[in-house]
Amino acid sequence: MLADKDRIFTNLYGWGDAGLVGARKRGDWDNTAAILARGHDAIVEEVKASGLRGRGGAGFPTGLKWSFMPKEVGARPHYLVVNADESEPGTCKDRDIIRHEPHKLLEGCVVAGFAMRAHAAYIYIRGEFFNEYRVLQAAIDDAYNAGLLGTNAAGSGWEFDVYLHRGAGAYICGEETALLESLEGKKGQPRLKPPFPAGVGLYGCPTTVNNVESIAVAPTILRRGGAWFAGLGKENNTGTKLFCISGHVNEPCNVEEEMGIPLKELIEKHAGGVRGGWKNLLAIIPGGSSTPLMPKDVCETITMDFDTLRAAGTGLGTAGIIVMDKSTDIVRAIARLSYFYKHESCGQCTPCREGTGWMWRMMDRLVRGEAEIHEIKTLEQVTRQVEGHTICALGDAAAWPIQGLIKHFRPEIERRIAAHQAVVSAAE
Amino acid sequence: MSISTLIAKNQPETFSFTTESESEIKQQIAKYPVGRQASAVKSLLYIVQKQNDNWIPMKAIEAVAERLELPVMRVLEVASFYTMFNLKPVGKWYLQVCGTTPCMLRGSDDISRCIKDKLNIASGEKSACGKFSLLEVECLGACVNAPILQVNDDFYEDMDYQATARLLDELADGKQPEFGSVVGRQGTEAEDGATTLKAVKKKATRSK
Repeated sequence: MLADKDRIFTNLYGWGDAGLVGARKRGDWDNTAAILARGHDAIVEEVKASGLRGRGGAGFPTGLKWSFMPKEVGARPHYLVVNADESEPGTCKDRDIIRHEPHKLLEGCVVAGFAMRAHAAYIYIRGEFFNEYRVLQAAIDDAYNAGLLGTNAAGSGWEFDVYLHRGAGAYICGEETALLESLEGKKGQPRLKPPFPAGVGLYGCPTTVNNVESIAVAPTILRRGGAWFAGLGKENNTGTKLFCISGHVNEPCNVEEEMGIPLKELIEKHAGGVRGGWKNLLAIIPGGSSTPLMPKDVCETITMDFDTLRAAGTGLGTAGIIVMDKSTDIVRAIARLSYFYKHESCGQCTPCREGTGWMWRMMDRLVRGEAEIHEIKTLEQVTRQVEGHTICALGDAAAWPIQGLIKHFRPEIERRIAAHQAVVSAAE
Repeated sequence: MSISTLIAKNQPETFSFTTESESEIKQQIAKYPVGRQASAVKSLLYIVQKQNDNWIPMKAIEAVAERLELPVMRVLEVASFYTMFNLKPVGKWYLQVCGTTPCMLRGSDDISRCIKDKLNIASGEKSACGKFSLLEVECLGACVNAPILQVNDDFYEDMDYQATARLLDELADGKQPEFGSVVGRQGTEAEDGATTLKAVKKKATRSK
């Protein structure tokens, strides 16, 4: 188990003061100017050395992403945009950072913003997080009053502003280019890439979009060193990670643990075990709703890191773990996700707009077994026609859970179809 | 979907911002570079909702468009794209039940059933007394405290049938209890006590 001394988010549960006084006691804003004095590129190199991979789902190396920003600032200013539009089902870690560790996020904005030669950050927070918005806005106001933000941020000589921007209920705005569209005051519909945001982002300016957790861990990495972070976890999957364990466990909770922790250990140690014992486990979705589920036998030995989960045909995603015990109506559980993606499709690309609705209607019939056996194959083919054929990854995200269901629970789908047909023929 | 089904049938003749709204508008527009005032469109729509009993009439859409120098259609497009903007009146207590899988697994069906039993409304409907509206919403991002019932801006967490019934009774009496977990959890720690950071907790409790 990760030792408390190696935890970054020591106020994860909000036991201490989330305000500036409490944050300073936890070490936030401690000589931030000295970190900035190392220079833009040294900060990027240190984050690269830490092996930090983006905590928003894709797992792209954070330091490398920062290095894509132009080295010279031309006529167009640089922007840091923080993605706090946390809405991947199963995920609620950024919410804890925002309401209990807001100063880690703000200091991270200054450090990351400086590293990419930006003078402003916009934090895009999902609209439903209203109380969290108030906490974060208060933290921003306090930081300005204490001189930590503004013309001479934290005494570094670097001008840095942070602005908070509220979303309004659209999952798609968690996609970075949809988020930028939304931030510009439009509908949240993803942009074609290229150009990538590092070249043409917010207001047509060089922009980097990072997840809340990726930014909030940066100051601690820079204080304790990239080597410290890289020493935790596994090779290529370093550091600590916030895990959210929801669903059928005795003690649903968020916890910071080492990357690469065995899933079973994580659930038994921190979440009180599966309801009714491990033997009562049916399946687990490991990284938020878009990652394919894993049946019990895979869960037995799997470790929670990007590469291992990817090799198992699923993904770490946001590390939002959804546990389902044997009482679960597994077809309905996945059908409900299909409804979610249908609801959240922005409507821009035809395969997704039409496909998510089609897949949900089909899944809805499968819940009741109102289908023919050959339609399972048709559904699987449709998921392949949506996957990879859209501007953003929402189409993929809608396809994967269904593919996982068919791969691992096909007999259950067939059983329902047979049961339904038996009822129909009995009625005739 | 035709716009006439999205917006309220009875529309007020006029709309104008209050002095309080005006000062908030100024603050919001100031967040963005000159000429990029369109970025404030969602903020202005929120300001309208706050001023106007939690819904946005068409006259307000026009007022926002005029203030931000945008075509009316651009504002309407945004107002109809995002689910948190209400283009029709809602009850004083706007109930939003999360029905996505993590909440479903923890019993969100029971919350909807309780609301149906007590108020006889389904998603998208308003109660006979006019005080309550209900909408089934998608993942609210508080999954380890599932199931969640959002009332206006606040989350009620770790809910069940009985807790929903109690909450609805209090709201009907015009009282809104404190938001958060109804089983006494402070945050996302395990209900029986956190497995980590225990030493930190002791210190935090002492210093209080």
